[in-house]
Amino acid sequence: MHELAICQALIAQIENIAGRQAGRIRQVHLGIGPLAGVEPRLLADAYPLVCAGTVAEGSQLEIEETNIRVRCRVCGAETVATPNRLICGACGDWHTDLLAGDELLLLKIEFEAREDVAEVAHV
Amino acid sequence: MCETCGCTVTRTGAKDAATVEVLGRLLQTNDRVAAHNRDHFNSHCVVAFNLMSSPGAGKTALLEATIDVLKADFRIAVIEGDLETDNDTQRIRAHGVPAVQITTGSACHLDASMVHDALHDLPLALLDIVFIENVGNLVCPASFDLGQHRNIVLLSATEGDDKPAKYPVMFRGADLVLLTKMDLIPFLDDFDPLSAEKAVRDLANAAPVIPLSARKAINLEAWEDWLRAEVAGIRSSQDATSEPHGIHHHGHHHHRPAVA
Repeated sequence: MHELAICQALIAQIENIAGRQAGRIRQVHLGIGPLAGVEPRLLADAYPLVCAGTVAEGSQLEIEETNIRVRCRVCGAETVATPNRLICGACGDWHTDLLAGDELLLLKIEFEAREDVAEVAHV
Repeated sequence: MCETCGCTVTRTGAKDAATVEVLGRLLQTNDRVAAHNRDHFNSHCVVAFNLMSSPGAGKTALLEATIDVLKADFRIAVIEGDLETDNDTQRIRAHGVPAVQITTGSACHLDASMVHDALHDLPLALLDIVFIENVGNLVCPASFDLGQHRNIVLLSATEGDDKPAKYPVMFRGADLVLLTKMDLIPFLDDFDPLSAEKAVRDLANAAPVIPLSARKAINLEAWEDWLRAEVAGIRSSQDATSEPHGIHHHGHHHHRPAVA
């Protein structure tokens, strides 16, 4: 369950960025590849718990799951692969380089506008 | 560039909301501490190895056998990660080398800051090699760079030769795979070292795969040869970029992460 530790690192990064922004956080976008070693569902479960009492409380987590792509060093083909078969989809050789699929990225944070917060504050 | 966390931040101006495009690695804080640890090792010409495996694959037994052979040539220390107890640390100390225990409590992996704390309890200036024995776990430790120079993953004969296919993130990041407890092969009809090696190659990993037994001292020479060659290679690159001792660098370095 290292997803909890990763979620805590995420919130720390969000707090760093949110410190310079006005408005509440509406949505947080992540990009996670199958080879990142992180289970998106577990991360989504941990998110609201770790958010509680932070600037991200009440925000939504959007996780974009990416595909694995490899480039063959032998034939040069770029193909899609699965986590435990990172071989070339064209010629079958295992001498490949990973192009995508191990990402663990904070892509985007959406904030509510400053005016919205002011209205909420006056209610 | 964001001055706080170093990520690429741009603002897109929608009318009713502000969106911050970030594109930062989620574990960038850990990665930064790991780079800092690596600087510590490099500035003291110490080579660090991160040993990972499932619980009971024989990490401590391998270290015990390795220390006995190599301590005549290298000054060795061990950082031990376990959820509870300092049993392994005591086993290592009995072989006459310094060992620091990190007790992680409920944490299932070591992270870079735990290792950083442990480094301050080690006499780095008096060491050549630090072995970091990670928490027994084939999942979580794969995501956390500790500042090591090489990753070593152990797979024991009793676990099954398809482990690399089941835990691709861990085995993809291995610089060396050790097939341990090979003395048990005559009693097991379902572990084929060649199948294990093929499963590693299917992960596009060219790492050497060495079968051995620490307890029965089978093929330990191949593992020791690998260690000596890696230490020599890493130290020659450290000499080329050697920096004054005791200075903390916080710059960003592009080293190979634990599992890239």
